[in-house]
Amino acid sequence: MKRSTLDQLVRSQQEKQTIVLLTDMETGQQDTLFPLSPQAEHPLLEQILAAVRDDRSFIYETAGKQTFVQVYNPPLRLVIVGAVHISQFLVPMARMAGYDVTVIDPRRAFGNAERFPDCSILNDWPDEALAELKPDHRTAVVILTHDPKLDDPALEIALPSPAFYIGALGSKRTHAKRLERLKHLPRLDRIDGPVGLDIGAKSPAEIALSILGAITAALRQGDNQGDNQGDKK
Amino acid sequence: MASTKTPAPMSNTPIPDLLLTAALWQDQGRKVALATVVQTWGSSPRPPGSIMIIDDRMTMLGSVSGGCIEGAVIQEAQEIMIDGKARILEFGVGDEQAWDVGLACGGTIRIYVERLEHS
Repeated sequence: MKRSTLDQLVRSQQEKQTIVLLTDMETGQQDTLFPLSPQAEHPLLEQILAAVRDDRSFIYETAGKQTFVQVYNPPLRLVIVGAVHISQFLVPMARMAGYDVTVIDPRRAFGNAERFPDCSILNDWPDEALAELKPDHRTAVVILTHDPKLDDPALEIALPSPAFYIGALGSKRTHAKRLERLKHLPRLDRIDGPVGLDIGAKSPAEIALSILGAITAALRQGDNQGDNQGDKK
Repeated sequence: MASTKTPAPMSNTPIPDLLLTAALWQDQGRKVALATVVQTWGSSPRPPGSIMIIDDRMTMLGSVSGGCIEGAVIQEAQEIMIDGKARILEFGVGDEQAWDVGLACGGTIRIYVERLEHS
């Protein structure tokens, strides 16, 4: 591998940009591709995009030539708005599943290191904090404060972002009211509400499990791959 | 902004760290090789795309299996660092070498090993 190629891979990871490395298994010739760029062109772009979605690297063969397609996705992230009881279960579960987790809650009584040891906590307003975190196609956003003045501004930032999953806590009634308040926003149908899979979850831990289940389903089976990839279809 | 942070305890070895370390090793004057899992059949512990980096002092970071074939890969990598010729190594249950190094997980793995060039 050329040093310049390695440096490019490092830079893309730091900039949270998906990059694909194509290696000819016979000659060792290597090329890179930014598959989510609107200018991306490649005969196998469709397969490559599917591999990016599944975070899966693979070998393809054409005319006796083998090429290894190596997907370098940015790390999976989960941003939780609301340092509530459910979040205390969702944080460790999501970390076990490989997510880099950040909790946003301006209320220090909720969002503090005692309640959330070993976790990134931002005590800023949700919209500001979320805008700074720049959710990408490898980011899930879960909104759990149950307080419209915290939840709604967060959704204003999350909805237009390429986040692969957006969920918001609340009963069917609460969710209907939320949709009414936010009807000026685009793509409201992206919100998973009531949040999580319908598994009859009752306790905070069970609800956290149903949320992580819904996030996993969106990641592995979802067709909502955010703005960039959506444009390709 | 109050923020405390530690890495996720059970996630895989972060690839960005491996790539950065490979660059760092080279800057320190070490020879560096990259080993990448490119194909697997049957059960194998690390999926395609998994990386291990190796230097000319037999230091390794990352993994390409559950620890069964790393030793053999490091040996091959030493030669590749010298001649610069990338090669594909294959380890499987039917493979005598794999038995020697103890790949008993029931799978087959193909690993691409290449030298990190200076430019």
